[in-house]
Amino acid sequence: MTVITILYAILTMGALGALFSVGLSIASKKLSVEEDPRLIEIIDLLPGSNCGACGFAGCAAMAEAILKGDMEPSSCPVANSESIEKISKLLGLEVKEKVRNVAVVLCRGDRKNQKKKAEYIGVESCLAAHLVGGGERACNWGCIGFGDCVDVCPFDAIYMSPDGIPVVDRDKCTGCGKCVEACPRNIIELHPINRNVFVLCKNRDNPRLARSVCSAACISCGICERATGGEGFKVIDNLAVVDYEKYTKEPILPTDKCPTKCIVIVGDPEKEK
Amino acid sequence: MNLLLVFISAAVVNNYVLTYFLGLCPFVGVSKKLGPAVSMGLATTFVMTMTATVTWLIYYLVLIPLNLEFLQIVSFILVIASLVQLVEMFVRKVSKPLYDALGIYLPLITTNCAILGLALFMVLKEYNFIESIVFGFGAGAGFTLAISIMAGIREQLDIADVPEPFKGAGITMITAGCLALAFMGFAGLI
Repeated sequence: MTVITILYAILTMGALGALFSVGLSIASKKLSVEEDPRLIEIIDLLPGSNCGACGFAGCAAMAEAILKGDMEPSSCPVANSESIEKISKLLGLEVKEKVRNVAVVLCRGDRKNQKKKAEYIGVESCLAAHLVGGGERACNWGCIGFGDCVDVCPFDAIYMSPDGIPVVDRDKCTGCGKCVEACPRNIIELHPINRNVFVLCKNRDNPRLARSVCSAACISCGICERATGGEGFKVIDNLAVVDYEKYTKEPILPTDKCPTKCIVIVGDPEKEK
Repeated sequence: MNLLLVFISAAVVNNYVLTYFLGLCPFVGVSKKLGPAVSMGLATTFVMTMTATVTWLIYYLVLIPLNLEFLQIVSFILVIASLVQLVEMFVRKVSKPLYDALGIYLPLITTNCAILGLALFMVLKEYNFIESIVFGFGAGAGFTLAISIMAGIREQLDIADVPEPFKGAGITMITAGCLALAFMGFAGLI
């Protein structure tokens, strides 16, 4: 191939490209569509993380739906109350208060508490381990510890503790729910941020079995139920459950009495320990 | 007479979708409802006709005189991409509902192999200028025909009693296969 050919090739493609780009730019001026200027403002006010937690492909599609009135401004699970207020004002809507949801890891079965049942050699993913035999930790209800939830979080709000249990950074968590979907054991749940009492266990096996796999498991002794007089705590299927509708008493009572310390006040570092 | 043969050959006998199996993505993706399917067919027909026209001009008036035939694929893709942009802007301006209904498939005309295939076949078959335009239009008409038939059948299938395992993608594939078989009947026409 001679230099002339290469030169011709470059020039030809350049000329064609220039020709088409001029044609297109003229056409885009002539065929431009007037857009509602509020749309761009809404897109700017939304978080722009395109996480898809609202059910739309991205924030732009969500903004369009908000503008049309199909969705509430507060239906973005990620946006903070300030931007929701701004969007509502922009559209002349009533400002609706929204309590932010945060993820809570309902398990304390880290490497210290949970017994080891086997050596797992395989793909380091909770889902894979869950499918083939449950990984190396003994509890069939608890954390497997490979951190699928950490990998999937778009906001870096979950990290692994040194003992191998996911910890949620409640300031960074936006409640998008990606980790909830990723966890094969369903031990992560979304709760309003003002809830702070949780039973950090999901084990529904009988007390002896639960005790034999994890020292932090709920052994369904019922002390919490008796201590609150059945108002707030109930033992259902070998597991203590908080009834947030009825929960009125000060939370200190059962957390101190729980023998395995699986009832915990989250968001208060003093009492969490 | 020759032009009619070129048209029938492109539209029916060598139908791009049902004989060559090119452009299956929009064929399956936009054939749920008859309305958007016909519009998609028309948009593709426009792009195909314009592509045939412009690529003929570029190939015979620019590339051949300069001995640059090896640039054909690159320059054809440039033409197709520009034309699709034009169509997208036009559809958005004229009909926003249609723009929303076509969705991702409108920009995907760019990567629709039927259109690049058309430009390359046109060179291969050594059509003259008028024949090329008819060829492009015929191919577009064939695409519209195929996608409209498919959409019509799928609208009926929505209310038909399809066995559970065949529902959705399964029956769509079977329908497309049956249509392709039917179009093979045209093989001896020309």
